[in-house]
Amino acid sequence: MSETATAVQRSQERAAPRDRENDFSIQVATANGSGSQSSNTVLLRALFQMGLPVSGKNLFPSNIAGLPTWYTIRVSREGWIGRKKEIDLLVAMNAETARQDVMALPPGAVVVFDAPLGVGTLRDDLASYAVPFDKLVEPVTSDAKLRKLLRNMCYVGVLARLLSIEPAEVERAIGKVFGKKAKARELNLAAARAGHEWAGKIEKKDDLSVRRLDLNRGKLIVDGNSACALGALFAGVTVVTWYPITPSSSLVESLIGYLRKYRVSPDGKPTFAVVQAEDELASVGMAIGAGWAGARAMTATAGPGISLMSEFAGLGYYAEVPAVIFDVQRVGPSTGLPTRTAQGDVLSTAFLSHGDTQHVLLFPGTVEECFTMGVEAFDLAERLQTPVFVMSDLDLGMNNWMAEPFPYPDRPMDRGKVLSREELERLGGFARYQDVDGDGIGWRTLPGTDHPRAAYFTRGTGHDESSGYSENPAVFEQNMARLRRKLDGARSLAPPPEVQGSGSAEVGIVAYGSSHHAVVETRAQLRDEAGIETDYLRIRAFPFAREVEAFVAAHRRVYVVEQNRDAQMLALLKLDLPAELLVRLRSVAHVHGLPLDARSVTEEIVGKERLS
Amino acid sequence: MTIPAGAPAPRTNRLGLSVVDYRGSKTTLCAGCGHNAISERILEAVFDLGVPPERVVKLSGIGCSSKSPAYFMSRSHAFNALHGRMPAVATGAMLANRNLLALGVSGDGDTASIGMGQFAHLMRRNLPVIYIIEDNGVYGLTKGQFSATADRGATLKTGVVNDLPAIDTCALAIQLGASFVARSFSGDKRQLSTLLKAALSHHGTAMLDVVSPCVTFNDHEGSTKSYAYMKDHDAPIHELSYVPPREDIAVEYDPGTTVEVTMHDGSRLRLRKLEEGYDPRDRVQAMTRLMESSRSDEVLTGLLFVDVKAPSFLDVLGLPDAPLATLPEAAVRPSRQALQEILEGMR
Repeated sequence: MSETATAVQRSQERAAPRDRENDFSIQVATANGSGSQSSNTVLLRALFQMGLPVSGKNLFPSNIAGLPTWYTIRVSREGWIGRKKEIDLLVAMNAETARQDVMALPPGAVVVFDAPLGVGTLRDDLASYAVPFDKLVEPVTSDAKLRKLLRNMCYVGVLARLLSIEPAEVERAIGKVFGKKAKARELNLAAARAGHEWAGKIEKKDDLSVRRLDLNRGKLIVDGNSACALGALFAGVTVVTWYPITPSSSLVESLIGYLRKYRVSPDGKPTFAVVQAEDELASVGMAIGAGWAGARAMTATAGPGISLMSEFAGLGYYAEVPAVIFDVQRVGPSTGLPTRTAQGDVLSTAFLSHGDTQHVLLFPGTVEECFTMGVEAFDLAERLQTPVFVMSDLDLGMNNWMAEPFPYPDRPMDRGKVLSREELERLGGFARYQDVDGDGIGWRTLPGTDHPRAAYFTRGTGHDESSGYSENPAVFEQNMARLRRKLDGARSLAPPPEVQGSGSAEVGIVAYGSSHHAVVETRAQLRDEAGIETDYLRIRAFPFAREVEAFVAAHRRVYVVEQNRDAQMLALLKLDLPAELLVRLRSVAHVHGLPLDARSVTEEIVGKERLS
Repeated sequence: MTIPAGAPAPRTNRLGLSVVDYRGSKTTLCAGCGHNAISERILEAVFDLGVPPERVVKLSGIGCSSKSPAYFMSRSHAFNALHGRMPAVATGAMLANRNLLALGVSGDGDTASIGMGQFAHLMRRNLPVIYIIEDNGVYGLTKGQFSATADRGATLKTGVVNDLPAIDTCALAIQLGASFVARSFSGDKRQLSTLLKAALSHHGTAMLDVVSPCVTFNDHEGSTKSYAYMKDHDAPIHELSYVPPREDIAVEYDPGTTVEVTMHDGSRLRLRKLEEGYDPRDRVQAMTRLMESSRSDEVLTGLLFVDVKAPSFLDVLGLPDAPLATLPEAAVRPSRQALQEILEGMR
């Protein structure tokens, strides 16, 4: 029996019942629009404030009110913040899904449910608590509409007592969430207390609990869209154009809030312009127009918007105009699942538009990187004079994550190769697309530069070094070769991959973006449960850095983990790597709209290793 | 390209520049194309007014019309963008640098079909840009298909009849909120020149639909965009004269026959009424007359509508005087303390 097969066998022998202190997941099932978002944030924050590693994920429908929605919170003393596949505690508030939700639970799970739902007798292998929420909130307010919302804060109180969440932290979290709205704060405090008091009078029937740790010192809680917005703010963005689309709208909306607060001159004038465009054709067109005229310009969108932007993306590439496009990916094809997460725009965005177009993509894997890459994208776009895409996703963008404080940009802004009036005077003129520095990047001038030789004619048609119209075959080929050289240069300018592991493992894992959080946990599961050691490379940009090839060359089997059906990153790797390395690549690709979980990845890799 | 004989042609303008400084490359459009005449009128207007060429950005979409920015003002930056998408590029450029003078050239296909969405929203925003439609009713570069401004009943050379009603870009622009809407004819030198000068003096979107015959595909009997048709059907609503800022005019008009409009830069536009009672400051009247003219087969030309007080999009956004594009890092990157404060709120 091979070493791997032994390891697999070992993983199948179930360990003793695990200790669920500081290690469990909660799923709250409510109806969309019922006000559960605030309650779940309070729950998440209270756990976070107790120094426990937590993550929260909102699994919501494309709907304003009424359809079922779930929120999952994971507490992990090991620090795992990816989605956990198994649910340990269900809060059932939604009649529509309660039965189904309860039936899906693993044995030993806990159910806290709204008493009238009567799901306590469905199974005998669960610990159930029937909570009379309506009765509990009755004394809190006489307003029936408010009572409906307060039922949700009531379950926070119930869970706090059952799980031993410190009441003081719950109250602090309520203060944080409701801020200056004194009346709302008081009502919610009362609702949480009512739940807490009720749960104190019943018998505890489960083993889930929390105990204060000190693992979150200095950390923040923030969503990736806000982090991207802050990146753009500190990158000095001046022109923001957008068209609302889930899940990117909140990126621009939070940016607008920050801009209004931090980017107004002492004379009261904004140092920015925000335009809500008529569609994504216009939003990216405006960003390209602004980038051409010298502004740090951006737009944000999701898959359907990316499709519409393909025409301008090609123009930006070919006419060499900087712009930053944040793509907060959701599930496609077509309208797909607008409120669910995926990494499905990778391949189409890499080559977005017709002809030999190729783009620079950045892949933030954490909210910290949403910030740092948000800053870096603008430097890269202006340095390379090309559109740069920041490939976030719904999981990263719309969910709350723990984060280290963002570092203040340590470098001055890189505005790229722009000739001033004085430089033009000294040089006597310039040719826009001439590769004077050997890096494929020409020098540009900004419209309005007050010099008779500053002007050039920007076009999407064939052009020569001086930007004159040209259909000359040799000129065309030279220009296209230069553009390829320029994009090749991005390999060393864009953020390098991050590598973890000893480097001596036989098995390598390649992942990117939000898949990172499942992969780090998978590596531990593979090691602890199956004895499989792995090294891990996280791609952070396309075109790929040279380290990617070296990593694949150093491992016999390389699993490329991603959240799409067609193994899109693996396909990009195949285009880039030497033929002899391609046989080493294996795909672990999942797309179902839920954030990737480690268990599924581990099982698939273990299964494939067994066959190898 | 030369200044037409008979036009006042000083050797140099107020900037000390000569006509040569405003020239572009040689045109590659057909001989006799209306678009070439429009390029010449643009050149005259900017030369006469002493517009600094370095301040101008020439913007266009795709089509014969959109090639023409190459044929005037080589000392101005230009962006020949995508089919129907010039408004977005113009908007971005003006947001980045509000001191630019944006001169957009489009066509009837570029505007009234593929670019309709962006055209509509440009008019609505009143972005400071001159938007010229070189309107010949056909797609020239793809060899003569009808465009959406072709009149119902017009025929192609092949005998194909246009069954659908024309889109009146002027009526549309007025309805959408444009603040300067004119129609002219590439063959009417005096009217077009004057309108272009007035457009250069306007603060907001200045939309000019210029009927510009396509000599190759749409200048035959049966066309309503031919030179011959325009000679018979051009119906100017007034005689225009442009008075640059700080200049006086000696001629006195009978007040009842003349409307004077003071433009944003202090120049004045005198409109001697050919048509009783037409006041281009009246939006409703403008719409009514355009509707009537389409029934009577006349092509109403002149300044159809103007509102010199409408706030431009840049005013609405409250942008600073200095271009956003070149604000220094200190003005656009918030301080270390600002980041601290923001992060503190997330703990």
